[in-house]
This record gives sequence, structure tokens and C-alpha cells, in this order.
Amino acid sequence: MLDKTGIAKRIAQELQDNTYVNLGIGIPTLVANYVPKGISVEFQSENGILGMGAFPLSGEEDADLINAGKQTITALEGAVYFDSATSFAMIRGKHVQLTVLGAMEVSENGDIANWKIPGRMVKGMGGAMDLVASADNIIVAMMHTNKKGDSKLLKECSLPLTGVACVKKIVTNLAVLEVVPQGGFKLLERAPGVSVQEIIDATQGSLLVDGDIPEMDLN
Amino acid sequence: MINKVVSNVQEALDGVEDNMTLMLGGFGLCGIPENCITELVKKGIKNLTCISNNAGVDNFGLGLLLQEKQIKKMISSYVGENDEFERQMLSGELEVDLIPQGSLAERCRAGGAGIPAFFTPAGYGTEVADGKETRDFDGKPHVLEHALTADFAIVKAWKGDTAGNLIFKATAKNFNPLMAMAGKITVAEVEELVPAGALNPNEIHTPGIFVQRIFQGERFEKRIEQRTVRS
Repeated sequence: MLDKTGIAKRIAQELQDNTYVNLGIGIPTLVANYVPKGISVEFQSENGILGMGAFPLSGEEDADLINAGKQTITALEGAVYFDSATSFAMIRGKHVQLTVLGAMEVSENGDIANWKIPGRMVKGMGGAMDLVASADNIIVAMMHTNKKGDSKLLKECSLPLTGVACVKKIVTNLAVLEVVPQGGFKLLERAPGVSVQEIIDATQGSLLVDGDIPEMDLN
Repeated sequence: MINKVVSNVQEALDGVEDNMTLMLGGFGLCGIPENCITELVKKGIKNLTCISNNAGVDNFGLGLLLQEKQIKKMISSYVGENDEFERQMLSGELEVDLIPQGSLAERCRAGGAGIPAFFTPAGYGTEVADGKETRDFDGKPHVLEHALTADFAIVKAWKGDTAGNLIFKATAKNFNPLMAMAGKITVAEVEELVPAGALNPNEIHTPGIFVQRIFQGERFEKRIEQRTVRS
């Protein structure tokens, strides 16, 4: 099975040349470390930068230059800064080609819940609702099961929703899956060393397994 | 040119009273009006409704006002970094309106731009849309959101001139230009206050017409929330 880095590496394989990408906080941020050689991708951060670079060297942190997760970052040559309304104009206006974000639950018709556990954790949705309502291409990066061992790929989300019928692809520590239009998770790839049965056992929603399922190639 | 300069933070916040609605710029601790926040705590103003993307951390930024129980209601998009905030919210001491960040930004912009309401796809099908009008455009459902304005909008800029024109730095820009438009009275605290004419008109981000009071902040700590480095 994969760790967080492995999930990020696999998602990085989905990056297309000459595209703009928004990476959510958590596992998605790591995707920026594995951009395939030879392709040009610009990372947009919702708080107002296009052309987000790597974390700075120690001693070079700038309090005025952070990403959506409030971490210090650098800006690449050709980067640009803008205000929050302009940032969400880029997002809502479909100028960003790919959104990668985390989730607590995804349903078999593509609903996503990632902002609230009623009575326990109410951190807020941040930019997530704008992102999922606007992007044509959404990849969820998450663990297949939660800390209690329950499946996060469900028939129906039990937690308050962030968006409806919007998730296209999911990469977990166990598998790569696609949400199909008629409803259901189609299994595309297994994580190294993981069997189809393990994935079936960890998926509460409808899982479609058609033929031989290849193992992920992370090289 | 019309002179917007006030001498200090006390003058800048003259007229801020209990029960008012304030907008405060910043994303996390980046680009927050530190000097004004400190002064609001000192003044002991209570029952505030604060519109700000985040709630600071426990002992810095808006967290300072929360600690002193000066805020009655927060309108924000993300409050995850502040444990006291979460506690006050879950206990019911603090009223909270969590709204999508893009909708928050656009509602402030609309408030300053004379647009009373607009439709957005964000939040459709979620509890954010509860009680709100929805309408289909091109077969896609949208939610009606209304403009936000404030009695005082308090923003932070890098440089400003005596006419109130503002330039922001890097990601410290964020909500500041939008909130600057939407305050009945907009107060700008800047790191560098320069004479009118010192800023290149091609490089100004926020025209001084939106700003009523400008002053040079006495001290900026510029705390970093998540110091993250590469090896």
C-alpha cells in the first residue's frame, strides 16, 4: 500500500503539460514535489499567487508569502500576485484545469464531504466549495479508510457535503478509482502489494471490478 | 489631492463602537492589520460582528479579540487554526457564519461595487445553500448570495500615500483590496506612508477613493503561522 508520498507521486502522473493546477492542503500539497520532467505546470494557490514554488531555505522565509495551508513558500520566475476575488474568478471561471484536494468521505455518485464533523470538528470549508463547484477535473487524495478503519468510499456521504456529483477520480493508499456517470467506483489500479479483495473489503460503496486490475507503476 | 492621513491608530479607529460590523483583511496571519487589532483590544469594544477570512491563532490576530470575548459573531471561511474559536463556537458562546472563501471575497467586492447580490455555483447542494434562492443557468444550479458591507473596513497594506492609494505585498494582499471597497469607513494601516506622487500610478492596487483614513503602523510583528522550509 502507499503512504502520503506515494499517493502524491501517483497523482503527479495525472498532470498535463501547460496546465494550471490548484492543490489543496494536506496530501495534495506534496504533488508539487513530483511534477514529471519535461512538462510545464503552474500551481495556483487560492490566497493569491500563481507560480507557487517550493518551500524556502531556512532563513529565507517571508511572512508575506504563504500558501493556502499558511505555510511559507517561494515564488517562481513569472509568478504573479492577486487579490482573493481575482483568485476565485480564476477558479470559478474555469481557468484552472485541475483541482486536487483531500476528503473525509466520497460517495459513489461523486459527492464529497471534507469540511465538517457536526459537534466535533467545524473548521470551515475555505475555498473547497468554490473549487469543487467549478472544476471540470477533480482528483481526491485520501486514505481509503479512516482512523477507525471505516471505509471513506461510501454509497452516500454521512457528513455535511462540500459538493455534489463533482469528484471524477480518487487516489488512495490502496487504489486508483474513477466515479462512473451511472454511479459507482470503477477500480482502475491497485497500489503495490495490494489485492483486489483488500480493496473490495475497504469500499462500502458500489465497486466495479472489470477484468484484470493492474498494479500502479510509480517509476 | 485629498489628504487621508491620520496621526495614529487611536485617530484611525475613532468612532468604532460596540455592536458594529467590522471587516478585517488578511489570510491567516498574512496581511492582517496588527496595530488596529491591538487597539481594538485596548479599547475594549464589545459585541462585534467581524468579517474576516480566518480567526487568527489563539494569541495573535483576531484570536486576541476572541480571548477577550469581544466578538459576538464571526463571518469567515476557515477557522481551523484557533482552538479557542472552535471551543467558543461549539459551546454556543460565539455565533459563526462559515461561508465559502470565493463567495466571501465576491460578497465584499460586490458590497463595495454597488452590486446587491449575485449567483454562484459554490455551495449548491450543501448546507450553505439552506434558505437561499437557487436558479439554473445553462442547466447548472447556482445559489443567490448577497453583498457584504461594514461600518469599518480595516485593511493592511505595504505602502500607501497621503491620498489613500495602496500597494500590497505578495500574498499579504488577499482580502484587503476588496474589504477596502466595502467599508463605510475604510482604515488602512501601512508599513510605509509616502507623499502623494511617490507611488507610480501604474503600480497602485487600490485607489485612494476607497480609503478614508491612512496611517503608518507603529510596529509590525508579521508572525509566521507555519514556518516551512526545504532541506
